[in-house]
Parts: sequence; structure tokens; C-alpha cells
Amino acid sequence: MRTCLSDAVAPSVWKASKRVLERCGVTVKVPRAQTCCSQPAWTAGHPDQARAVARHTIKVFSGPEEVVVPSGSCAGMVVHAYPEMFRGQPEEEAAIDLARRTIELTQFLAKHDLDPGPGAPGPVTLHDSCHMLRVLDESRSPREALAKGGCEVREMQHTDRCCGFGGVFSINFPELSGRLGEEKARAAVESGAREVVSCDLGCLMHIVGVAHREGIPLRARHVAEVLDR
Amino acid sequence: MSTRRRRADGGVAYLDVQGTLRERTVDALRDRTLRGNLDTAATSWGESRDAMREGYGLDDMRERAREIRRSNIRNLPALLAEMQANVREAGGTVVRAADGAEACRYITGLARARGVKVVAKSKSMATEEIKLNEALQDAGIEVVETDLGEWILQLANEHPSHIIAPAVHLNREQVAALFREEAGTDEVPDDREGLVAHARVRLREKFAEAGIGVSGVNLGVASTGTVCVVENEGNARLVTSQPRIHVAVMGMERVVADWDEAAHILQVLPMAAIGQDAANYVNLITGPRREGESDGPEEFHLVIIDGGRGALRGTEFEEALSCIRCGACLYSCPMWRSVGGQAYGSPYSGPIGAVITPLLEGPSSPASRDLPFMSSLCGACGEACPVGIPLQDLLVRARARSSSPATRASGLAFRAWSRLWRRPGTYRAWMAGWRLMLRARGKDGWATDLPGPGAGWTQVRDMPTKWPPRR
Repeated sequence: MRTCLSDAVAPSVWKASKRVLERCGVTVKVPRAQTCCSQPAWTAGHPDQARAVARHTIKVFSGPEEVVVPSGSCAGMVVHAYPEMFRGQPEEEAAIDLARRTIELTQFLAKHDLDPGPGAPGPVTLHDSCHMLRVLDESRSPREALAKGGCEVREMQHTDRCCGFGGVFSINFPELSGRLGEEKARAAVESGAREVVSCDLGCLMHIVGVAHREGIPLRARHVAEVLDR
Repeated sequence: MSTRRRRADGGVAYLDVQGTLRERTVDALRDRTLRGNLDTAATSWGESRDAMREGYGLDDMRERAREIRRSNIRNLPALLAEMQANVREAGGTVVRAADGAEACRYITGLARARGVKVVAKSKSMATEEIKLNEALQDAGIEVVETDLGEWILQLANEHPSHIIAPAVHLNREQVAALFREEAGTDEVPDDREGLVAHARVRLREKFAEAGIGVSGVNLGVASTGTVCVVENEGNARLVTSQPRIHVAVMGMERVVADWDEAAHILQVLPMAAIGQDAANYVNLITGPRREGESDGPEEFHLVIIDGGRGALRGTEFEEALSCIRCGACLYSCPMWRSVGGQAYGSPYSGPIGAVITPLLEGPSSPASRDLPFMSSLCGACGEACPVGIPLQDLLVRARARSSSPATRASGLAFRAWSRLWRRPGTYRAWMAGWRLMLRARGKDGWATDLPGPGAGWTQVRDMPTKWPPRR
């Protein structure tokens, strides 16, 4: 799954994910017909509009393969919200099936004990995205993947705290969202690393966007891009 | 004279709140003292609570707490009937109020009938919800808050900012200034112990005058008709025993079946709320003073409020009724930590407040319909909740239920979005257009001024037009 944010802002993220998986010997298919997991509409409070888009996603990703997503948030959406979204709907079974087959990129690497070989050396600091951490209950797999790739991670303070992105929240409450983003960007820089990485592009766009506006010297890359080189 | 206004419609949110929710967050973000005070409180709570998690396995206790509360809510009508029968058996009076206005009418009527001029109160969110203070004052009755935090707020004429720690947004210096003003003298100490001692003296004077003591209820135990009032200051013990009449005000969902369940919840509550393994005082009250007893009130009245709760049973929001009002989700919430509880404009702030305020008020209430949107859905609340309420899921469901001009506009926008994004051809065309726009707006790899909904983005941050972003 490419994710819509990667399509919109950073195609390099899904391309890097594909290369990382292929280096591990995984056969990767990237269905051209895919669009979005529908999370923007779901969290904005429009379940019917979300369901129409999610229905398409279920159709595109039908089949026996595991579905790897370079985003804790999109993976969490499919894994956690699809069963609720399709409860009592004709696609309920297919939704539950897709939720079972869907997995975040670094979780997939850990699950199958895959090693993509050396990546970028770092140092980087890792932002635990909320949906990775609390929806998927995962904080180890990105650290393991980075360590295997030989990347030094310098932990920041309160890495488990929200960066304030929150999808539609970032636009509905920009001041509050921006304040939390600034705190996150400063914590990231104080770690001693000049680059923040994360399994979620949304958080990164927000953190680095605030950093750029506020003049905080911080770069950002997706974990897949660091593993890719 | 209070400037707080009372509402006639039984709503929950405050009516004297200024501006939109977003404007209030902006004001709160400007207040540096507030930010410091909130951060100190939330950090200290986090440390104490973590000790409970390690020392007592609080996370494991959650599963049982969740089961208990879910079964309580499922069996609510039967438990309330049992509770009611047992309170009456013990000599108490039980009143079931459909809404806050009815509850207020009963209590003010009781005060008038008994010729009571002064009412002493211990901390209670239910009375804050029904605006009891305002109702009593309108009836010409003096109300004295005896909880230290609530008394501070009464002096400051402010609303509480936290369910458990109402004045947590104020620091010691701010409190000392309020006490000096109230006492009309500068002879007020400004160290912590001195301030507490000062308050104790001023408040004890009031207990003697009060004809009615009003308390909240943390738990009602159906099997014996006992109300539990948990506190750390001892004031609730005085409020419930000293005046001639004790009125306990309870939200209808706060009932458990028996002492086995109560014991578990009473353990979990202080652990989650303040990171202590026990509350300083747990008052267990079963009816009024009996013959031969030397202490306790002559009359005991239990007022049980529906206020929109009953209608939530059997809905996708039922689990919101499991809440034991510990305030853990507030401390854990990055939004609450940033702006405090007062910005929410409701006695119930933080994630649980953002869910239940609009549920109790109705989906189109202007005072609360935006609240569910003030969350990044980070899930820290659900993780902190000691009874396992999936707060982030409830927030999403509450958004879907909210109705305002803003939600209607966003509904139209997402209708168009959905039509374009459910088909690969139109999705790819949309993406091509978006990337063209980014390229046109971008300069040196950054867009600083996006049109349409993007304006909300670029108001506080830039948008990278190249990835990985340039420095």
C-alpha cells in the first residue's frame, strides 16, 4: 500500500519501502488501482464517505498476500477501524480479512526476521507515532530495523508524546497543533541528532514543516528511506 | 455575587464562556504561567501513576475494572432499583431527577422548606454539571465550597480545570493572592502548609453555620445502599456528617453491585487519579444517623441524576458511562496539558469531557459540538483510562454525530473527496493536480502559503514540496 500522503508529497517513501522489501527477497506488488485507506474522512466524522473509499481499498487488496504499509497510521486504520466501519455491511468479512493481512513495514520486517542490509548510519532520532505506538502497540520494530541497518538512534525526551499532527486536527486547531509540533521539533534537536525519522509521513511533514517555519535546524526522513540507504 | 450564569435548559457546558473553542485554545496557549502550572501537574501525576503501574500492576487491574463497569451499566436499572430500596431501608430519601433543573429544584426546595441559609459543599462534578451553586444562590442561599481547590475557584470566580484537581491551573503565588484578598489582610502565609492551615481556619467557621451539606458520590453500592465519597482533605467527612441534612448528588451511572466490586474500583480510582495506592479518606455513608448513634445527619437525601445518561445505554457510546471520573485521561492528554480544562467550556474537560459533554447536551449544541474535534486521536487517553474506555474511538464516533455549519461544510467537501478518491482514474488526476499546485506554490522546496483547506496548514507550518525536505 503506497499511502495517499506518499503519493501526494513523498513518492520516495513508498519506492524506498519497495526496494527495502525486495532487498530482503520479498516479491512486491504495488497495485496501480489503489487510492487511500479513507482515514481522513473517517476521523473527520464522515463514515459513509470513508466507507465508499475503503470499499475500493478492500477490493484492490483482495487476495491472499500480506499487505505491507509504510505507515503506522494507515495500517492502524485498516487493522483497527475497518472491522468497526464495515460491521453489518456486506463487506464485513472481507474487511476483517484485510485487517488480518495488513501490517506496518517495520513490523513486517520483524515478523519475518528480514534484514535489508546496511542503511544510512545516522545519527537520527525516532519519533514514535501515536498510531504505531498505541493503535498497533508497537515501539520495538522500527528500532530493531534501524539497529540492524546500522543506524544510530539517539532517543529524544518524551518520544511517546504526540507531535500534534492528528490529520484534520492539524487544520482545525492549527495553533495548538503547531505548538505541540514545535515542542516535538525542539525535543528532536535536543537529542543531538539532526534528523528525525518515523514510520509515519504525516507526523514528519508536520514536525519538519513547523521546524522550517520556526527556524529549527531539523531534517526528516521516513524510516524506509533510512533503511534504503 | 457570581458572574457565572445558570442555564434553564439543563445543558452541561458553561454559558459564560467567551469566543469559539479554537479562540479559547489560542488564548490559553498565550498564558505562559498556565502552561507551566499544567505541565508541572501533569508531569508529577505521570511519575506517580507510573509507580502504581509498576508497583501494583495497575494495567492488569484495568481488565477487571472494565468488566465490572460494563456489567454495572448493562444492569443499571436493576442496580438503581436495589440501591434505591436499600437507601430507603436505611432511613434515607431517594429522588430520581430526569435532569439538572429537576435536581436543583428539589435541593433548593428542601433548603427553603427547612429554613436553611447556608449550604456547605464538598467537591462534586455532578453539582457542577447541574449548576447547583447558581440555583442555590438564586434562591438566596449562601453556598460555601469546602474543598480547598473548589474554595480557591469560588474566590477566583472561575470554573474548575480538572475533574479531581479543580484549581490545578493555579500556582501557590496565585492562590496566596486570592486568600489575601478574601481575608482582607496581607497576613496570609505563602508557603504550602501555611496556605492550607489558613484555609482550614476560614472554612471550619462555615461548617458550624451550614444547615445542609452537599456532597457528590464516587460510587453507590447497590447491595447495601451505601454511598462512597472519596477525598484527600477530610472536608467531605465534615460536610456529610456535621450539618443537620446531608444531600448526596449522584450521576445515575455511578453504581456498582456489591462490595467486592466497590473494593476493586476504590483501589483503582486513587491509583489512576493521583498515583496513590489509597485515598486519604473514604467515607462510606448508609442512610442518616440511626437511633443510638451519636454522629451523622438527621436526614439523608440521595439525588440520582439522569441528565441524558440513560439514553446512552445500548448505543455505541455506552462505554462512556463506565467512567469513574478519575481525571487520568485529562493529565495524559496533550491538548489538556497545553490549554487546561477551562478552554473546554464544560465542567467535564479533556478527552472524556469532549465525548460526554456533547452526548449529554445533544449533537448540535453550539457550546459543545466542536469538542470532539479538539483531539489528535493520539490514544494516550485510552491508554491512561483505568476502566478501559476506548476514548479515541468514542471521539471519532462523537465527531460523526456532531452537527454544525462546520461539519455540514466538511461533509460536502468529503462527499466530493469520496467521489474522486474511490476511483483510481480520478484519484490519480487529483494527485497530479495537487502536485502541480505544490510545484507552482513551492519556492526552494517549501510552500508557505497554500490555498483552501491548506491555509490551515500553512498558517503555522510550511509544506515541503520536495521529499526528503530541503533544509
